[in-house]
Amino acid sequence: MNTSSQAIGNEQLDLAIQTGKLNLWYGTFQALFDVDLDIKQGIITSLIGPSGCGKSTFLRSINRINERLGYVRIDGSINVFGNNIYAPGVELVQVRKQIGMVFQRPNPLPISIRDNVLFGYNLHSEGKRAERSEQDDIAEDALRQVLLWDKVKDRLNSKATELSLEEQQKLCIARLLPVKPGLLLMDEPCSALDPKGTEAVEELIWELRGKYTILIVTHNMAQARRASEECIFMLMGKVVEHTATEDMFVTPGKQETADYIEGRYG
Amino acid sequence: MSGQPMTKTADMAAFDRRNADWYIDKLVQVLVFIGGISAIIFVVGIFAFVTKEGFGFILDRFDFQEFFTSPYWYPADEDAPEYGILALIAGTASVTGLAMLVAIPFSLGTAVYIAEFASGKTRETLKVLVELLAAIPSVVWGFIGLSIMNPLIIELFDVPVGLNVLNAGIILGLMAAPIMTSIAEDALKAVPDRYREAAEAMGATRWQVIYKTVLPAAKNGLLGAVLLGVGRGFGETMAVLMATGHSINMPGSVFDSVRALTATIAAELGETAVGSDHYQVLFTIGIFLFLITFVINLTADLIVRGIRKG
Repeated sequence: MNTSSQAIGNEQLDLAIQTGKLNLWYGTFQALFDVDLDIKQGIITSLIGPSGCGKSTFLRSINRINERLGYVRIDGSINVFGNNIYAPGVELVQVRKQIGMVFQRPNPLPISIRDNVLFGYNLHSEGKRAERSEQDDIAEDALRQVLLWDKVKDRLNSKATELSLEEQQKLCIARLLPVKPGLLLMDEPCSALDPKGTEAVEELIWELRGKYTILIVTHNMAQARRASEECIFMLMGKVVEHTATEDMFVTPGKQETADYIEGRYG
Repeated sequence: MSGQPMTKTADMAAFDRRNADWYIDKLVQVLVFIGGISAIIFVVGIFAFVTKEGFGFILDRFDFQEFFTSPYWYPADEDAPEYGILALIAGTASVTGLAMLVAIPFSLGTAVYIAEFASGKTRETLKVLVELLAAIPSVVWGFIGLSIMNPLIIELFDVPVGLNVLNAGIILGLMAAPIMTSIAEDALKAVPDRYREAAEAMGATRWQVIYKTVLPAAKNGLLGAVLLGVGRGFGETMAVLMATGHSINMPGSVFDSVRALTATIAAELGETAVGSDHYQVLFTIGIFLFLITFVINLTADLIVRGIRKG
C-alpha cells in the first residue's frame, strides 16, 4: 500500500484514527478491551470478526454515536486526525460533521431525496442558507459521486423512502459528502442488500477510495477481501490482528485468525 | 400409504360427534360477534333516535338561513319564537379555538418532553399523571372555572364578569390537553429510532433532531391529536356550561360571556315539553353537533391511520 511508504517521517499525520488502551463498557458489560489501533488515512480498512466481538461497538465509538444509549462508559483515548475526540471541550456536532456514518439498515429520512442529500449540509451551514442553485449543485455533485445522479435526477423531490434499498444506501452515503468529512464509518453497509445491491455498493466504496478514509465493518469475509486494503480481525472485544488484507487472507499471523477465516467459528 | 390397503375403516359416527367444547366454541363466537357489532348498533341507534326527535322540526319549521345565520335564539317566546344558532356556534367555536391555543403548546410540549427527553422513572411518572389528569370529571373543571378562575379573571383584568370565553377556553384547553398529549406522544413514539440516529450521526443537535426529523415524521399523528382535541372541545358540555357565563352573545372579545351549543341543550332540554318545537329544535342542534364531531373524529382517525401505512 503506497500510503504506508509515505508514512515515513510523519507517521502521526498520516493516521486517520489512533486509539490508545480503549476500553468500553455497556453498563457492567465490558465490550472492548485495551484496543490499540492505528488506522491509516486515505485507504479502506475493514473490521472483521464474529458477532459480538465488538467491531460495531468500536466503529460506533469513533463518531460517538454510542453515547445515545446513555449507559456507555469509555476509558482510553481515540484520536481522529490527531485530535482527541473525547477531550472535554469537544463538540459532538463537529465530531460528527467530520466523521460520517453509514448504518446497517439504510436510514434515509422520510423527506425528499434532495432534502436528504442537503440535510447534513444545511445543519452545518450555520444559519446562512446557500442559494438554491448552489444547493442544487451540491446535491448533484454528491449524488454523482455515489453513482446515483442519473437514476434520481428526475425525481429529486420524491420521497427517499420510496427508493430501492440499494439506492437508499447510496443516498445515505451521498448525504455525508456535502459537509466534506475526512472519515467515513460504515457498519455492515451491505447486510440489508441483495447480491446485486451489495456489488453496486461495494463498487461505490471502492470508487470513493482515496478521496475519503473509510473504515468498514463487515460480516462478509469475501467483501473484506475484495473491498479493503487493510484488515483488522477482532475477537471477544480484543484486536487479534491488523495487517494488509492480502496478507491476512493468505498468511494469517494468528491461529484464531486462520480459524475464523476458514470458517471454523463465527 | 404405499399401496397397502387400509385396515381400519373410518368410523363415520366419530366425524360428526359434537361435544361440549364445540357448543362452547359456537356460543363464544356468537357472543363475541354481538359484542363486536354492538358499538355500531349503539351509534346507529343513537343517531336514529336523535334524528327522529329532531326531524319533525327539520321538516316543518326548519329555515336553513335563519337557523345558521341568525344570532337570535328565543325558542321559548310564545308568540314569535326565533331559532338562530349563530351565536351558539360562535360561542362554541370561540371557546374551542381559545382552548386549542392553550392546549396545543401544552400538549405538544409535554408529549415532546415525555417521548424525547424524559427517561425511566420520570417518563413513567409523567405518563401516569397525564392519564390521571384526563380522568378528572368535567364538573370538577367547571367548578374550578366557577370558583377559582372567575374571581381571578375579575381581579387580574378588571372586568365585571369572570365567566367568559377566556375562562372557558383555558378550562377547556387544560381538559383537552391530556388526551392530546397521549395521542401526540404515541405519534412521536411511532417515529422509528433510526431516523433520530441518522440525524444525530450527521451532527444534528437534539433540538434539530426533533424539529427537523421527528416532528415532520410525526406530523400526521400530531394533527390527529389536535383534531381529537377540537372534537373534545365541541362536545364538552358541563365545564363549558359552568365557565362561559351561559349568556347568548356574539363574542367581541375574550371577556364576553357566551353560550355553547352543548350547554344550550343541557340547560334547556329539561324545561321543554316533549315533542314541542323547542324540544325538537334542541334535537336538531344535537344532529348538527353529532355530525360535526363525527366528521372531526373520522378525519382524525383517518389521519392517524395514515401514519401507520407510512
